Amino acid sequence: MTAATEFHPQIRAGGRLKALTGIFRRQRKSYINPYIGGVLLGLVLFGSFFLTGSGLGASGGIARYVSFLVDLVAPEHVDRVPAWISFSGGDRNALDNWIVLVTTGALLGGFVSGVINGRTRFETHKGPNISNRTRWVFAFLGGIFFTYGARLARGCTSGQALSGGATLAAGSWAVMLAIFGGAYALAYFARRLWN
Amino acid sequence: MPPFPLPLEALIGKTGLYLVFLAIGFFFGFVLEVSGFNHSPTLAAQFYFKDLRVFKVFFTAIATAMVLIFGSSALGLLDYNLIWVNETFLWSGIVGGLIMGVGFILGGFCPGTSIVALATLKIDGIFFVLGGFVGAFLFSETVGSFENFFNGSYYGRLTLMDVFGIPTGWLVLLVVLMALGMFWGGEKLEALFGKKETPARPALRRIGAGSLIGAALLVLFIGQPTTADKWGRISTEKEAALAAREVQIHPAELLSAMADDRLQTVLLDIRSETDFNLFHIRGARNITVETVPDLVAELRVGMAPNTVVVVMGNDEAAAVEVWKILVAESVPNVYVLEGGVNHWIAVFAEESPEIAPAPDLAADETPDYLFPAALGERYDIAYPSPHHWGSLEFIPKIKLDLKRGPSGGGCG
Repeated sequence: MTAATEFHPQIRAGGRLKALTGIFRRQRKSYINPYIGGVLLGLVLFGSFFLTGSGLGASGGIARYVSFLVDLVAPEHVDRVPAWISFSGGDRNALDNWIVLVTTGALLGGFVSGVINGRTRFETHKGPNISNRTRWVFAFLGGIFFTYGARLARGCTSGQALSGGATLAAGSWAVMLAIFGGAYALAYFARRLWN
Repeated sequence: MPPFPLPLEALIGKTGLYLVFLAIGFFFGFVLEVSGFNHSPTLAAQFYFKDLRVFKVFFTAIATAMVLIFGSSALGLLDYNLIWVNETFLWSGIVGGLIMGVGFILGGFCPGTSIVALATLKIDGIFFVLGGFVGAFLFSETVGSFENFFNGSYYGRLTLMDVFGIPTGWLVLLVVLMALGMFWGGEKLEALFGKKETPARPALRRIGAGSLIGAALLVLFIGQPTTADKWGRISTEKEAALAAREVQIHPAELLSAMADDRLQTVLLDIRSETDFNLFHIRGARNITVETVPDLVAELRVGMAPNTVVVVMGNDEAAAVEVWKILVAESVPNVYVLEGGVNHWIAVFAEESPEIAPAPDLAADETPDYLFPAALGERYDIAYPSPHHWGSLEFIPKIKLDLKRGPSGGGCG
């Protein structure tokens, strides 16, 4: 019996809360074929360029959310540092930018797909030989490095490698090679984390 | 002009535009999730050649989008000039990329995938996003100390076609073949390192690979539109505008635009260097017809929406030809100085009485005046007092087009 059919009797029993949490206990489906996923992602990317002229992005949205928060806490500081000014200096709202909408949309889309496919649940994915806590520490560290690098390179895997890759931007291909090159070069030393 | 990308803000307003971006983001996140990008061990496995799922999704997406972008550009549907092509900052890009590589192997995510992991409540994803907040914070706080590096090695809107000097169609085909080769080799590696079995249904894969190659060949065969092709598509409409003299602006309108703080003027002087050195309007840039293609790329990247471009020759006809190139290449708000520099001098003659009319008005596109010295823009008439000439009447023709095209790059 699958998890999806399990919770139906509970709805009839009137367990409204259980019904609500039940949508998070749908049977976990497997991911789709990677080539089909790639074609779909390519269609979304092309659709974005075709309609709006802009590609996709993620790190810019994160940076703008951060800028928004910093502006809430320390608006005077924001108005003195050029890198913050460009996002939220004066009465500028850091969230009033297309990339924030794309990032927020990605959050919604990921959530909906995760719920439909039974993959939205609290859990930690990690290599077999490390503890959850180690995984969390390295995920946090990785996040720091990645976003710092993405700001320096003016875009991450989405904004540079994917979007610039498809438009044949020279600099984006250099960034893409550097990302994969850096990760492959370091993979041996990080093998404990994942194997 | 190709109908896409759409001038969405003009069509449906800013709210509508933002809803479109929200929808694009939604599909982006949805596809990342169904492709397995919220599962960090899969993301990391590609670096040990055990499971190249992420690699496959990524390069299939690039190949698909690339073929569609250049295919629709070849068919005249999409204006490649108007889509965002990341500018090249070579060394900050490479160093940033290497740092991202470190983050990738340690954290098991990239920013886009971590957002999807967060959305599906993966705790490692939540920690990565939190780290991402810290990284973005640290960058804004520290970039001031290495600004020269950050903004250096700048090459503008540089494409791989420019770097390798090969036509777009060949490059598209090359990237497709490279991707397919990597998929083939990648599956061999997976079988070796990840003990994965080669999946069944080879027919479907052959169809997929075949249609990618077919589409790339089609892009190669049709070719990208040249400036002449682009002009051909819009010539009827634009020739009418020229005939109705909608784009030839009077010297007094140019002067008032130069004096207007709300406008930025880019003056392109296409005369010979000799003529330019003798006299030119203040702030003008001396260009040749050969350098116009480079100029197009530069203008499109650096232009603020309130920029007006004015082309001028000694007379009008030569400037109109350059105007046609700029308009065909989708540079917005381009005008021609009516009657050229000769007309400018005729209108404002009393500013610099030392410039005398030439005794014999010889050929077209030559100066009608004799200049006592090569003073360039140091003649008073190079920038007559806008206050003094403010009452001079003209038919206003400059109107700013609403910006069409990308809202910005991935770094927002």
